[in-house]
Amino acid sequence: MEFLDRLFINVGSAFNSFLLQFLPETAVSIIGMLISAFIISNVAAFTFLFMTYLERKFVGRIQDRIGPNRVGPYGVLQPIADGVKMFTKELITPEAAHKIVYNLAPVMAVAPALMVFAVIPFGRDMVASDLDVGLLYLVAITSVTEIAIIMGGWASRNKFSLLGAMRAAAQMLSYEIPILLVLLNIILLTGSLRLTTIVEAQVVPFVLLQPFAFVVFLISAAAEVARPPFDIPEAESEIIAGYHTEYGGMKFGLFQMAEFVGAFGMAAIMTTVFFGGWRPWIIPLPTWLWFAIKVFIVAFLWFWFRGTFPRLRVDQLQAYCWKFLVPASLLNLVMTGILVTYFPLVRGGEMVVSGIGGWTTITLVYFLANVVLVGVLALLYRRPATRAAEQLRMGQEPLAPAPTTVTQEVRTA
Amino acid sequence: MTLEQVLFLGVSFATLGAAVMMVTARSIFVAALWMIGAFAGIAGLFVLLGAGFLGIVQVLIYIGAIAVLILFAIMLTPQVMGDEDVPRYNQQWPLVAVLAAGLAGLLVALVVGINWPVLDSFAPPRDYALALGIAFMTDYLIPFLLASVVLSVALIGALVIARE
Repeated sequence: MEFLDRLFINVGSAFNSFLLQFLPETAVSIIGMLISAFIISNVAAFTFLFMTYLERKFVGRIQDRIGPNRVGPYGVLQPIADGVKMFTKELITPEAAHKIVYNLAPVMAVAPALMVFAVIPFGRDMVASDLDVGLLYLVAITSVTEIAIIMGGWASRNKFSLLGAMRAAAQMLSYEIPILLVLLNIILLTGSLRLTTIVEAQVVPFVLLQPFAFVVFLISAAAEVARPPFDIPEAESEIIAGYHTEYGGMKFGLFQMAEFVGAFGMAAIMTTVFFGGWRPWIIPLPTWLWFAIKVFIVAFLWFWFRGTFPRLRVDQLQAYCWKFLVPASLLNLVMTGILVTYFPLVRGGEMVVSGIGGWTTITLVYFLANVVLVGVLALLYRRPATRAAEQLRMGQEPLAPAPTTVTQEVRTA
Repeated sequence: MTLEQVLFLGVSFATLGAAVMMVTARSIFVAALWMIGAFAGIAGLFVLLGAGFLGIVQVLIYIGAIAVLILFAIMLTPQVMGDEDVPRYNQQWPLVAVLAAGLAGLLVALVVGINWPVLDSFAPPRDYALALGIAFMTDYLIPFLLASVVLSVALIGALVIARE
């Protein structure tokens, strides 16, 4: 166990001491950084292949199909066939496109998606760069993807591309706010922006202490990486393929990769922040294996989203963010602030909760507070028709005329 | 020159180059992209100076929010593709040139004239974000609170407008 857990670290340090025999220390540390960057970005890129296969298979099952089953046993080699197809396709640049921006956009899209993994702790002591502002870095880097999408949409010189880019800009700008507000709760709990500290503080995974924050993050993250049901920037039934309409071959492949790796990165962030990162649960497995298992479980939530929910309309998307998610997460933040004052987890950089009793109390208090919050929100956000009916029952004139429901409209027609 | 100085000069010139390209670019969209490049250069300078927190905030606020907002606003203009050759100068350019030259001269005089204090020894805090947070909550509490209140009012005001 111990051996397996530290396997990669030991290999790395053995390689380091081997190199130190020939090279000065600075050169070795630079080589080490380059190697870890190479490995991490390749692991992320390969998960793209797995993710496409798993998603097609899983969504196929949801829709009562078999999914890919021609290439290799159970179709597992399908992503490789797709990759070969994409790589061998001719790279076309449209006549009217702005050449440089058009070709730069796919690269700009993939780079931030890969950079996310630089600060994620994959296992105990397995983090490429343990930034003291890691959480903020994640939010900052994921917001750079928007620019690539806008660049691609603009440079294609195509109405549908431009529409897709505009939709993407509006959507991602809005949904960044609830993500930040929700992550503030975590910072309040742990008193640190360092991801390794956040993982170590999660004796009880924060999804139990902050369930509402988790749900808000799950929804906003899906919107942030334009996963269904928020794939409005590339809604194929409305605007063909949105911002990547004019892209083909591997350029399109890079956009696709940015989307999938971005989704995978968001799953990794959620695992780190809400599911205790690499911390093993009950079954003793190597920490990095536990991390991978948790990330894939979270990623499956998104495949499930894709197979289950129909796409939103643009106005619904914006209204949902600004009228519900943002005020609700502001309320949640106030609540967490009050809770942290009376039931702190960390004080002055030291954990103050210990023992099974202490953690049970903390978990119960935070969980119940979240239940109360959901209750309050359910009261505040009753449907307009319900609210009008209540006012009528109380003998008051309804403030707003009760909106005609669909059934009423059908009846009058 | 040490490696850090070379990097600093490289990033500085890249930032300045991007800024010049931004001012001279024909298409307003391309100008905005060059501006993002200049922002990224400034973030790089912050990181090189050991202020990683400020570097990341620069990326988050300037690239992730302001630049995207600017690109979004450009998309709402009729000249979004930059097809028509819009003149880049109007009659007031000599006046603006004089003003700009004056400002540049003033800044250069300031930078050259000040006797910059150099610390003999500087022990950087172990956790920058923590040190910054403590400074915000003690020495700079009032400005910090004022800024927070202004931003919260802006956010809640946007929500109130959205609800109507």
